[in-house]
Amino acid sequence: MNKKLSVAARREERWGWFMVAPTIIGLVVLNLWPFVQTLYSSFCEHLGFGHYSFIGVQNYKDMFGNTEFWKATWNTVYFCILTVPVGIALALLVALLLNARVRFKGGFRTIFFLPLVCAPAAIAMVWRWIFNTEYGILNQMIGGKIQWITDPKTAVLAVAIVSVWSSIGYDAVLLLAGLQNIPGTLYEASGLDGAGKIRQFFTITLPMVSPTLFSVLIMRLMASMKIYDLIYMMADETNPALTDMQSLMYLFYRSSFVAGDRGYGSAIVIWTVSLILLVTLVQFQGQKKWVTYDV
Amino acid sequence: MKNSLRRSYMITKLLTYFFLILGAVIMIFPFVWMILTSFKTVPESMQIPPDILPKQVNLDNFKEAIASLPFGNLYLNTILMVFFRVICAVLFSSMAGYAFAKLKFRGKKLLFGIVLVQMSLPSQIFIIPQYQMVAKMGMANTVFALVFPGLVSAFGVFFLRQTYMSIPDEVGEAAYLDGCNQWQTFYKIMFPLTGTSVAALTIFTAVFAYGDLMWPLVVNSDLKMMTLSSGLSTLRGQFTTNFPVLMAGSLLAMLPMVVLYLIFQRQFVEGIAGTGGK
Repeated sequence: MNKKLSVAARREERWGWFMVAPTIIGLVVLNLWPFVQTLYSSFCEHLGFGHYSFIGVQNYKDMFGNTEFWKATWNTVYFCILTVPVGIALALLVALLLNARVRFKGGFRTIFFLPLVCAPAAIAMVWRWIFNTEYGILNQMIGGKIQWITDPKTAVLAVAIVSVWSSIGYDAVLLLAGLQNIPGTLYEASGLDGAGKIRQFFTITLPMVSPTLFSVLIMRLMASMKIYDLIYMMADETNPALTDMQSLMYLFYRSSFVAGDRGYGSAIVIWTVSLILLVTLVQFQGQKKWVTYDV
Repeated sequence: MKNSLRRSYMITKLLTYFFLILGAVIMIFPFVWMILTSFKTVPESMQIPPDILPKQVNLDNFKEAIASLPFGNLYLNTILMVFFRVICAVLFSSMAGYAFAKLKFRGKKLLFGIVLVQMSLPSQIFIIPQYQMVAKMGMANTVFALVFPGLVSAFGVFFLRQTYMSIPDEVGEAAYLDGCNQWQTFYKIMFPLTGTSVAALTIFTAVFAYGDLMWPLVVNSDLKMMTLSSGLSTLRGQFTTNFPVLMAGSLLAMLPMVVLYLIFQRQFVEGIAGTGGK
């Protein structure tokens, strides 16, 4: 009996290995090994055609001594500050509105979600047009002459507006799912106790939805830290505000593939990923203060 | 008392609709503006104050966009890239997801650890070496290059593993007792039960691949081998101020996915939100 079982178990094991093999081989070749390579080449100078020579921490020294790099780091952080709190607050508002008893709920959801299925390249294009200084509809509506995407003061803000606009529907749908999981009896009970809508929001809704809120926050922070596509589309090489709006990932792209300095580029991407991991860790530490998991 | 309750109820209702409609207008306006502009002539688009509607529906901008970008190639490349990425993601992730959820084998924890590590790292960290591999194989400017980083999907494995874990073990055991081997149990009994999740993964993979910009830009520099996203981005320099043509081009690039979205709204929203990725 025992031996028979072990034959079956061995067969099961072989099937297990066989079925994970394509994925594991793929991940090792496409991700694990490239990760090691990127880490290594961040300590190397790229000699061209994929050849590298070891130069120690020189890339990191160059990077930390470079104002463009610090500017890009700040732009990325600034972009997160502009997009994450406002974006999540607005998404929560939309989710609350959609959670109320309204008609055409599906229709509204479809509209808010629409930017998600559009390529960021196309989205950026129409917003360039809306933001256009001379003929853009936005300036014409507010009667100003703001150089939205070419003035260093407003360039990051302009990208942030587009980013919030395009991610709100997605965050709202996630939060809506969290809201719908709150049992209605909680509201009924507190209603009998005489709690008003606003108090209910802070004592029931917010704590109950906080786990969802937390996962949306983590996801949005990670996405904002690696912002690239919208900025690439809005800041061409000729944009005078280029260095004032370029994010870390855009600087990475320009260093590695426009300037061809792949060692330096690797150092930038390692720095960016470390920053993302750090921010995520801090969030996981901070969640204990405000996320409620058991009620 | 009753009256004032009724009134406050009405006010809440009105405010709810007001904000929802306001939000919907803000969301939809850029798309409407894109469509309207794409039919205008350049002087028309530069009217101050602006004319809302184009004087006539003229298709010159679309003709010009098609003349400057090989849209036929772009559609084909994008469709092939999405198709192969979806096939790979669904096939390999289903297999691995099933094995990780239901089978016992040595090294399972370690191997699943690799999946988790890949998921937690941004894709940009792999790009330079991935590009060098493609270049070394002499495969730059091919459809294969576009598919390459999507040959396997760690996220798909993670996502489908959860789906398989939610299927009771008894289902597989019954099939096993009926004489199915592990593979037959997987693809005859278990795989068909994961339809909703596979659909969600398909949509998620497709939308992500379709919108991705950095990888196609890096790996396929030949205009004929670009995707809709990366091809569109080249128009930006060509027609810096000719916004009607830019809008026409953007519209053409967006259209296939938007049409699919409008047909399968519910699946798209639940698929993308349900996967919780992106």
